[in-house]
Amino acid sequence: MSQSNEAGMGQVRPIEIPVVRVKNKVSFHLPTGRHFEMPFKMVTRLSAFLVIGMMAAIFLLLTIESAPVFHKFGFAFITGSSWNPVSNKFGALASIVGTLVTSFIAVLFGVPLALGSAFFLNELCPFKVRPALTAMIELLAAIPSIIYGMWGLFVMAPVMSHVVQPVLIKYLGPLPFVGLLFQGPPFGIGVLTAGLILSVMVLPFIASVSLQAFASVPASLREAAYGTGANVWEICRKIIIPYTKTSVIGAIMLGLGRALGETMAVTFVIGNAHRLSASLLAPGTTISATLANEFAEAFGDTYIASLLALGLILFLITFAILSITRVLLLSTKRRLPV
Amino acid sequence: MKTDPTVILRRKITNRVMVALFSLAVLISIGALAAILWKLSVAGLKAFSIDIFTKGTPAPGTAGGLLNAIVGSIVLVVTGLAGAIPLGVLAGTYLAEYGRDSWMGNVVRFCTDILLSAPSIIIGLFIYGIIVLPSGHFSAWAGAAALCLVAVPVIVRTTEDMLCLVPDSLREAAVALGCPYWKMIVKIGWRAARPGIVTGILLALARISGETAPLLFTSLNNQFSTSTMNGPIASLPIVIFQFAMSPYKDWQNLAWSGAFLITVTVLAINIFSRRVLFTKRHN
Repeated sequence: MSQSNEAGMGQVRPIEIPVVRVKNKVSFHLPTGRHFEMPFKMVTRLSAFLVIGMMAAIFLLLTIESAPVFHKFGFAFITGSSWNPVSNKFGALASIVGTLVTSFIAVLFGVPLALGSAFFLNELCPFKVRPALTAMIELLAAIPSIIYGMWGLFVMAPVMSHVVQPVLIKYLGPLPFVGLLFQGPPFGIGVLTAGLILSVMVLPFIASVSLQAFASVPASLREAAYGTGANVWEICRKIIIPYTKTSVIGAIMLGLGRALGETMAVTFVIGNAHRLSASLLAPGTTISATLANEFAEAFGDTYIASLLALGLILFLITFAILSITRVLLLSTKRRLPV
Repeated sequence: MKTDPTVILRRKITNRVMVALFSLAVLISIGALAAILWKLSVAGLKAFSIDIFTKGTPAPGTAGGLLNAIVGSIVLVVTGLAGAIPLGVLAGTYLAEYGRDSWMGNVVRFCTDILLSAPSIIIGLFIYGIIVLPSGHFSAWAGAAALCLVAVPVIVRTTEDMLCLVPDSLREAAVALGCPYWKMIVKIGWRAARPGIVTGILLALARISGETAPLLFTSLNNQFSTSTMNGPIASLPIVIFQFAMSPYKDWQNLAWSGAFLITVTVLAINIFSRRVLFTKRHN
């Protein structure tokens, strides 16, 4: 600045670059490798752009490939419940309803378990065992979904069919309205079993995100409440929950998003029946289970396109749920998902 | 002021009940983990023998192992990771260094978050559409590509997180000395964040080792060992799926052994990387 002033009248002299010649080697006294700056930045930017591209491409491909189905069946593809590859008639309602019902059961049972665990770890747990217990709950998220499926099929389904479902049928079956949910023979596999497996699978996500949110509650708030004589339950209900409400709802939505798209575990235990049934004990199907079971063996353009259309519907549902999740969780600094 | 004793009693009882329920919730959660691991160890170890690593997948009723599935899984995972590492690390670097508050950075973050939790079977559909359909056959390349897409968001996310932990004063010091920005990133940022980034890669490895859904209609399955990437290839998760759903007892036993193998690997990687991340964050 002062230099250009001395030079006078806005005349800016270019900065002189000292050049040193050592034998035949020319070296500028400028940082080495500055020419690499632009390419490096471009490569990182391109990689980042590819992530966006990936998402856009998934959406585009599913839309284009499934367009003929919506053209052919129209809105009836979503409202129709018959799925018959032989007569080339496809309606997605059974899969969509199955997806929603199993996810609802998952959240219904997963949320109390997850929040209860999170409260326990946050308020009651001895300090020494807390990291270990937290890690154990989070490890539930690391177990591959196919393992849950096997466990559900070989361990949980027999228990369901011999113990749980007969009891449900006997005592809840005769009730008006509620009874409709518990009709039919105790197969063991079915919508309820799938939902219960899912609830264990979404539990670690809800618990882990909630715990991180709980950590943001100022210690002074909790201390003040304990100081005035509040007990553990009152702290949880009147201090922690109001303070972290948004994040906890976000955590639940994250769990819901996970449950909606879960494939392998559900495929094992749902029974894969394209049938609408009021009973939770009956076999059913979900979008992802239908895809897993039928896609590799699908024949004919309409069949394949219908499955891709199912994929599009699933993608749109999870996209919506996960977008809401993200907005709700923006304030929570989330740690790594597993 | 006198407090109504019934209020005190009611508060006390409610609290006791809720505390008991919280404890029960933890017991159920941990119990689920224990139950799964218990069944896995019992059923998995029963059929565990050296044959698993030395023999290929058998026809029902004959003896065999899981050799081709294990090799196939390793091939798919390594190829997938080889693609995902540069892509993920560079994208994560963009987010943490160049695109901190840019609109593009935010869009990328949004997409990463969605892809992290998006159903992996959708990735399988996508790869089917762009690789399997045009080429006309299932292939190991398609399976590897699907795994790559599953791994990328995990790596992007960890890389960004870990680079953000590097203090800005280090960056400023390097740039003030005349270091070009890219060199600062490579020599200061990446170096300081290296353990964290490696951990992220390990987590991605753990995640894709157990992934089944994206492989169902990309790499399919193969009963035999194969040396080409252009054809279907066996993989551990798919073989487990096929064998577990079969009515044959010996196939089911093999499936349990495979499941045990996968779970032990995945949990070991996870526990190890958690330790690294935990110490990193708390320093």
